[in-house]
This record gives sequence, C-alpha cells and structure tokens, in this order.
Amino acid sequence: MAKITYITHENEKHTIEVQNGLTVMEGAVQNDVPGIDADCGGGMACATCHVYVKEDWFNKLPKKEDGEDDMLDMAFEPKTNSRLSCQIIVSDEIDGLEVNIPSKQA
Amino acid sequence: MNKTDALIIGAGPTGLFTAHQLKLIGLDCEIVDNLDKIGGQCIELYPDKPIYDIPAVPECTGEELTNNLINQLKPFDIKFHLGERVEEVKKEDANWSVKTSSGNTFLTPNVIIAGGVGSFEPRKFAPKECEKYENKSLFYSVKDKNIFKGKTVSIFGGGDSALDWAIELSKDCKINLIHRRDEFRGAQATVDKMRELVKSGKINLFTKYQLANVHGDQKLESIDIKHDNNEMKNLKSDYVLGFFGLIMQLGPIANWGLNLNKKTIEVDTERFETNQKGIYAVGDICNYPGKLKLILSGFHEGALAARACFKLARPNEKYRFEFTTTSSNLLKRLGKKE
Repeated sequence: MAKITYITHENEKHTIEVQNGLTVMEGAVQNDVPGIDADCGGGMACATCHVYVKEDWFNKLPKKEDGEDDMLDMAFEPKTNSRLSCQIIVSDEIDGLEVNIPSKQA
Repeated sequence: MNKTDALIIGAGPTGLFTAHQLKLIGLDCEIVDNLDKIGGQCIELYPDKPIYDIPAVPECTGEELTNNLINQLKPFDIKFHLGERVEEVKKEDANWSVKTSSGNTFLTPNVIIAGGVGSFEPRKFAPKECEKYENKSLFYSVKDKNIFKGKTVSIFGGGDSALDWAIELSKDCKINLIHRRDEFRGAQATVDKMRELVKSGKINLFTKYQLANVHGDQKLESIDIKHDNNEMKNLKSDYVLGFFGLIMQLGPIANWGLNLNKKTIEVDTERFETNQKGIYAVGDICNYPGKLKLILSGFHEGALAARACFKLARPNEKYRFEFTTTSSNLLKRLGKKE
C-alpha cells in the first residue's frame, strides 16, 4: 500500500491509498481522479495518463523504460519531470508520492 | 446518397468482424473510418506488438490480426470509406441519415458505432494562439509541399514524420527543427541523415526546446521557443509544422443524443443498442455492467448487434439462427457452395 497524492490543474488534492502492484494510473482511474484519461488502458501507447512528478520524487522512482520518452514526446506540454503514470508501479517505497496532473491530456 | 442495411463506424477489429456477421446473415453494410487505413487502434497504436488473448490465436501482432480479419471478409463485397469522419447523424422517418466529412451521405435503418475510443485526430500545440494560424501558416500534416518553397519552416517533433519532412523540405526551404529532447525516435538512418544536414547547415536544430508562442498579424511572422532551462528564443518563421502523432477524440459522436458515460456509450446487452433505436455501440466504445475492453468482447458484441440489425433491415422476414458448418445458405454467402 502507498498513499499517492494526485494534484489536479485546479490544485485539488486527491490522496488515495493504492494497492501495491497497481500503477499510479490505475490508482487514479479506479478512484475517479479527474484528468487522467488513459485511453489505451496502460499499454504505453497513447500518452494520456501524463503526470508531472515532484522533483525530489522524480529521481527516486525507477527509471523510465525504453519507449516511455518516445511516447512523452506526444504528450501535452511535457516537461523534464514528465512521466506516464501507467509506467509507475505502486510499492511501499513510493508511499507519499505526489504527482501533478497537466491542464489537459490532449 | 448511399442506401445500406447497416453502416459501421470504425474499421478496427470489432467493426471488421461486425461486418462479417452482417454479411453472413445476408445484410449489406458499409464501413466509414476517419483513419486512411483499415485496422483502428491495432494498426495505429500497436501494429508490431503481440496480442496473446485472442481465442485460438496464441500470438499475433495488431497488423496480423487486422490482415486476418480482412482475409475473413474476402468472400464479401464491402465498401470502405476511409479518411472520412462521420459528422452528423439525423433521424429521417424510419432511417438514419448519416453525413461524413467528405460530404458522403448514407441512409440506413442501422448505425453501428465501433469507434474504439473515438476518432484519431492530430495532437496539437499547447499555446492557444496557434488556433488562429491553423491550416493557414500552421499545419499538422502536409497536403501541398510546394507552398513552403523558399520560405522558413519551423518543424516540431522527434519522430519519422518530423524528420522526413525536415529532410525533404530542406532542399528548398530554410528549416528549423525543434524537439523537446536530444534523442529522436525516428529510424536511425533518417536521424543520421538529419544530423548530416545539420552539420552542413541545411537544418537548424534546436533540442530541449518547445513552442511557447506564435506572433504575426494575418500571416505568421515569428515564433518563440522555450528551452528546458526557461531561456527563450525568437525564430522568424513563415510556416510551422507540428508532428506529435495522433490522439483519440470522441468528436461529433458526443452530439448525437446518446447516453454517454465518460468517453463510452451506454448499451443494453441483448442488442448492444444505445438509447436511440437503430444505433448500436460495440467494442471499446460501449459500456454496460461487466464490460471488458478486450477484442474478444468486441467480437461477441458485434455478432449480437448484427442480429439486432436484421429486424430493422428486414422487418417482414424472420431471422433464423444457422451454423456455418451446416447451413447451405451461409455456405453460399461464403462462396463455398454454388
């Protein structure tokens, strides 16, 4: 279990306990957090689960796999701290993670 | 005006198999898709990725699945309308009148929406000001490359489309190529060719930059690009091209008076009919209790929607369930029997 805080573009905070093994994307979609579309369902094929990860957390997360940056090229307003939330697997180690949701996904 | 028993919107796996089921039970159908090729998400999102959960097919790629479905349609004569988006659906007596972006109209008692997660549209630039220049000085695809001759063109993106056009247009334009990181995801040979042209001064390359703003009056004059470290640069530009791939948008379907739930359409599980009589939704775009977004579910949904279409297309006939192994009717339609 990890507490993940999703911060919407309007600065609403949604803090959710997400089960280990799920992705940060699934934690949002299953709990109706607005702003994460995840059109492709987690296949790293669409870039609509794009989030910004707070700097201190960004370096602690497991590194991006091949292909994630290619997909982030297509995201709406990507930044250096951009990630696809479908590629961040929840574990005890990321308890307390905060992610910011962009103003839109496309 | 095209008259048909059923119009399918979407040429992905679900749309294709639904067409198969319609033709098998003796109904006509035509298929419209916004993409310029058959296959939907399978072809657009994961042509090379293996799929492992199609019954009786241990492993196949999106492209192989699409080709197999097209092969399965070979006995039938089905008209495809590709590169057309359905814009309008209107009730006309007992029929639906359907209009596409190319001006085609269809008159049909049955409309089957097999639209996946909506239609694929180009992803656009973030700054709002870009809309003003869209299709005038700012494009997401190239229709006529001659308009760029002798001009300064700023191209954004890191994939093959951006690289191919940068290389092609560098022959007779001044090219700025702008990408958000140092790595390019295009084919290695294309990346190498681009790097050569950067060395010889044919392409000005700006990496770790993104579009921040556009300036001009009627015509675009210059653009601001912003580095990851917030440094800004102003580039004189006559044209801007953006290649950020495609995104799925529900599009005009949202305005057809259907019961929507997020980006999905509510249906019953007997006919896969929406709240509008004669409009069905199958595949990823439909929603009902227990819905699974699997290709195999789409096949089932399409088979049932096709039977439901029979009632409205042949009101005076009775639909009779038959097996392809034994029915001479079905075997005739499949071209297996005289």
